[in-house]
This record gives sequence, structure tokens and C-alpha cells, in this order.
Amino acid sequence: MSEINLPAAAEPVDPVGLKAVGIAAAIAVLLAAPFLASEYWINAIIVPFLILSLAGLGLNLLTGYAGQLSLGAGAFMMVGAYATFSLQLRVPDLPLPLALVVAGLIAGAVGLLFGIPSTRIKGFYLIVSTLAAQFFFEWLFLKFPWFYNGNSSATIALSRGLSFFGLEANTPHGRYYLTLGIVALLTLLSFNLIRGQTGRNWMAIRDMDTAAAVIGVPVFRAKLQAFAVSSFILGIAGALWAFAYLGSASVQSFGLTRSYQILFIIIIGGLGTIRGAYFGAAFVSLLPLALDWLFQHVFGGHVDAGLLQNIQKAIFGLLIIWFLIKEPEGLARLLGLQRAQGARRRLFPS
Amino acid sequence: MNMFLETLIGGLLAGTMYSLVAIGFVLIYKASGVFNYAQGSLLLFGALTFVTLTDQGVPALGAIAVTIALLILTAIAIEKLLLRPLTNRSPMTLFMATLGLSYVVEGVAQGIMGSQVRALNLGIDDLPIFLGDIMISQFDLIAAGVALAIVVVLSLLFNRTRIGIQLRGVADDTRAALSLGIDINRIWQIVWAVAGLVGLVAGLLWGARQGVQFSLSLVVLKALPVLIIGGFTSIPGAIVGGLIVGAGESLAETYIGPYLGGGITPWFAYALALVFLFIRPAGLFGERQIERV
Repeated sequence: MSEINLPAAAEPVDPVGLKAVGIAAAIAVLLAAPFLASEYWINAIIVPFLILSLAGLGLNLLTGYAGQLSLGAGAFMMVGAYATFSLQLRVPDLPLPLALVVAGLIAGAVGLLFGIPSTRIKGFYLIVSTLAAQFFFEWLFLKFPWFYNGNSSATIALSRGLSFFGLEANTPHGRYYLTLGIVALLTLLSFNLIRGQTGRNWMAIRDMDTAAAVIGVPVFRAKLQAFAVSSFILGIAGALWAFAYLGSASVQSFGLTRSYQILFIIIIGGLGTIRGAYFGAAFVSLLPLALDWLFQHVFGGHVDAGLLQNIQKAIFGLLIIWFLIKEPEGLARLLGLQRAQGARRRLFPS
Repeated sequence: MNMFLETLIGGLLAGTMYSLVAIGFVLIYKASGVFNYAQGSLLLFGALTFVTLTDQGVPALGAIAVTIALLILTAIAIEKLLLRPLTNRSPMTLFMATLGLSYVVEGVAQGIMGSQVRALNLGIDDLPIFLGDIMISQFDLIAAGVALAIVVVLSLLFNRTRIGIQLRGVADDTRAALSLGIDINRIWQIVWAVAGLVGLVAGLLWGARQGVQFSLSLVVLKALPVLIIGGFTSIPGAIVGGLIVGAGESLAETYIGPYLGGGITPWFAYALALVFLFIRPAGLFGERQIERV
């Protein structure tokens, strides 16, 4: 009887710890970034990129993982920003990091509230609930001066800036590290959520909620969880957007265009992937720069700003369509980082 | 009492304009299952083309003809470049594709024709008419008449012509329609073109009201609650929904608004739609979906 030689399953060999080295290198680059890039890059590109990634991450949990389409990302960001402002103004004893967490929780509670209709209505009908949030909060925060402390320009800004625990985070470097820290922490949290039972419940609901209910997934609870967690992250992203990037924000900073931008980030980056939010945000932040550069050099600045904006808009739309047709899983897959080759997931099976 | 009636009638007439926008959605949703977010930008595109042409001195009839031709070409392009490659994709993907489409249409239209506000004069004076003590806007009345005429024409088209019957077949059961030899791609082109034309009428009426500008494409957000209330698949639903939203908005602004500091119209329609959804998740006239595992 001949011996059957089955090749042993190839263990990924990593004798020198390549993976660990890679991660260490990435961390080193992230920590050293402020010293490598110019102040302009940090202020105008890297910090907003990180915050948009965070917002994309938040929306991706809801739309990409739990399958609940939302057009109200801006609204939950707005709630986070205005809540942070109110907390810093009215509860001065609360240090900034705690204020951010509380603001996130407030945004989460609001998200929960607007998520309740999702238990009864599905699909497109749900965008009504999230759009209602969008329009309601735009109205609320503009209508009642209490929310912006009666400021004549109806904007919000932190009077004490971004300092906490005796640390000064008002410099470009400070803002960068603050943002980076929060983004890293929340990314880790999301990773763990997705790998656990919560994430599995969400994906089951996304794939088919009737089937999920049949196999015993608590659909009602899981959907509300998704809304709450997503809005928590969006709320913190909103606060960072207002105070770590813009400095002073108004309702317009979180309008409907912001909601669309966040949605586009996750479509382009890849629905239902954590890293997709980063790719999408990088793409969204860099594309206008690239187009600007192109028009500067090719047409020598003969294209006026309004036209440029419209061209950008059209190119954006074309890219969205192109991605949906050619690569529905977005940049995350395109860049070949999908680990499970062939295990092609469908995003929204009908 | 008079004030109540005046508010109600004004609201109902404004509501017919919402219905007009909503009908464009329903047509496309019925035939291809797409919630066409780009309807608003197509509306803007139509109105903007017309205004640009008339500003260049093209006579109104010629401008209308050119605009209609452009809208038909756009419909064919959309079918070939967007709908066909996305056949059999989920409704959500299609919706997001139309979101992208709206960016393309807006970007191209405004890039070529400019983004400043244009005045549009249709030759209809906005004079008040008095019925007893109740004041009604003549413009609103004419707009409502146009909406009614469009509904009549569309129902004739759907019920009496060969194309209309094919279209209803596709809406009813796409696969069965395909196996009977109906050219579904052509049906899609026709439906998108018709929806574009309905959008053009709505765009011209809205444009005459508030000027032709970017905000015109945002009427899509006004039409959404209308669709939710009436149901995505029903033209009568779109009309009734439009009337409910129009009347509800104007009554709420007059009677509830003062207690909330006013300006509640942007979100009131959505709140109303949510209330309706809790009672009837498929809308008043929508078809109830039965889900099977």
C-alpha cells in the first residue's frame, strides 16, 4: 500500500516577523508624519483625511455591514459637534476627551432614535428617516440660538481650544496626534465589533434580514445597535471635523453634501470593509488636489474656479458609476488586499 | 375659516407641483425598479437647456424641440451606459449609481451652461384670482391644470397604446415580459425619456417660480416624502401624496410653525412621511412586498 503524501497545509512562514515589522513601520510613519510633512499638508490634507476616514468608518458600520442605507451621516456629525460645543461651554469641568465621549454618546442616542423606524421600514424607505434627521437638525441648530450660544454668526468654536489635562493640542502637531489617537482607538473598536457576534449579526441582517430573523438573530436590537454605534463614531468625527480641522463650524459644515461625501467615501473605498473607509477618504481628499494640479499644469490656470468645480463634480459622479459597475467592492478590493480570494461577498443581495 | 381654506387650497395647488416631480420617479421605478435620484438633476438639465437656448435668441418652440431631443438622447445614453451594465444588481446599487449620475448631469449641465440664477418667463402672470373671499394664485391654478393634463396623457399612453401595454408588462413581471419578446432595453429608453419630459415640464414650472438654478435639482428631496406617502409604484399615489404633502406643509407652517419658531417646511414633509410609514410601510397605494427566505 503506497503512502499517500498529502502536502501539509502551507503555513504562512514569517520567520523574521515581516508582519510585525510592517506594522511597526506603519506606526513609526504615522507617528513621525508631522515631522515629514509640511504644516500645510498636515492642516489641510492629513487631518481632514483622518477625520473623513473616521466618518466613513462610522457610516460603513451602518451601511456596509448592517446594510441600512443612510443619507444622514452629516446630521449625526452635526449632533456630535454641537454637543461637544455645549458640553465644553456649559460643563467646563469636563475634560475634552470625556466631552468627546459624551458627545458621541449623545449622537449615538440620537442615531438610535432615528434608527427606530428601520425596524418597520426597509430599503429606500429608510432614507426618509435619515434625511428627516438631516433636515431636522439643520433646522434645529440654526433656529435656536441656545445651541450656538447666541453667536452673531451662528457658528460654534471652542473658546479654550483643544487643550486638556494640561496638554496643548492647538498646534498642527497637537491636532494631528489628537485626531490620530482617536481614529486609531475607534478603528480598533470597530475591528473588534465586526469580528464578534455583533458584527456577524449585522452582516446576517445585511444579507437578508428575514433569514437572519429566522435563524434567531435579534434583528431589532442589532439594527438599533448599528445605528447607535455608527452615530457614536460619526458624532466624534463631527466634533473633530468642527474643532480639530475647521476650528469653527456651522450647520453648513455638515449639510447634505457632507452626507453624500461620506457615502461616496465608503462606496469608492469599499462597502463592508474597515480599510475601505481609509482608501475612500484618501481618494476623496486627494482627487480635488490632483485635478487642481492637472488643470494648473495642463491649462495653465485658464480654467475658472466655477467650471473647475463642475468638472470635478462630473468626474466624481463618473467614478462612482464606474466603481459600482466595475468594482462594487471598491478600492479595498482593487488594491488586492482582500484576504479571502474567491470568497466574493455580495453587498446587497436583492 | 377663510384663512384655513386659503391655506388649504394654496397648499393643494403647490402639492400638484410635487406630484408632477414625483410622477417622473414613479414611471422609472415601475419600469426598471430604480429609485432615480437623478430625476432632480434631469429636471434642472431640461430647464437649464431651455433657458440657455431662449437666452441665445432661439424661439421657444425650437428651444423646446432641441431640449426634448437632448433629453431623449440622454435617456438612451443612460440606458446604454448605466442601466445595462448594472442589470440584475440590487436596487441599492442602482440607487447609488443614480446618485453618481446626478453628479455627472449637474456637473456637465452647469459646467457648460453656467451656474448663475436664470429668470424664466413662461408668459403666465402670477395674478391672484378671487373665488368669493378666497384668494388663489393663477399660476398655481395653471400649473395644477398642466399636472392634470399630464396625468391624463400618461394614463392614455399606458392603457391605450402598444408601448404602454408592453411597459405595464415589464413593470408587472420583467422575466415574463422578456420571454414574450418585449425589448426591455427599448422600454427602458422610452420610460427614461418620458420621465425626462415630465421632468422638463416640472422644471419649467418650478423654474418660472423660483428661477432656474441649482436648487431646482433639490426638488428631488421634496418628491421623496410624496413618493413614500403615495407608494413608489402608483401614479395616483404620487398625485394623492403630493396633495397631502402640499396641504400638510402649508397648514403646518401656518398653524404649527409659529409655536416652533417657523421655517419647519424643510423637515415637516419627512416627519409626515415617517408617520405614514409607521401605519402603512408600503405607502398608501404601494404594493405590499412579501418576503420569502
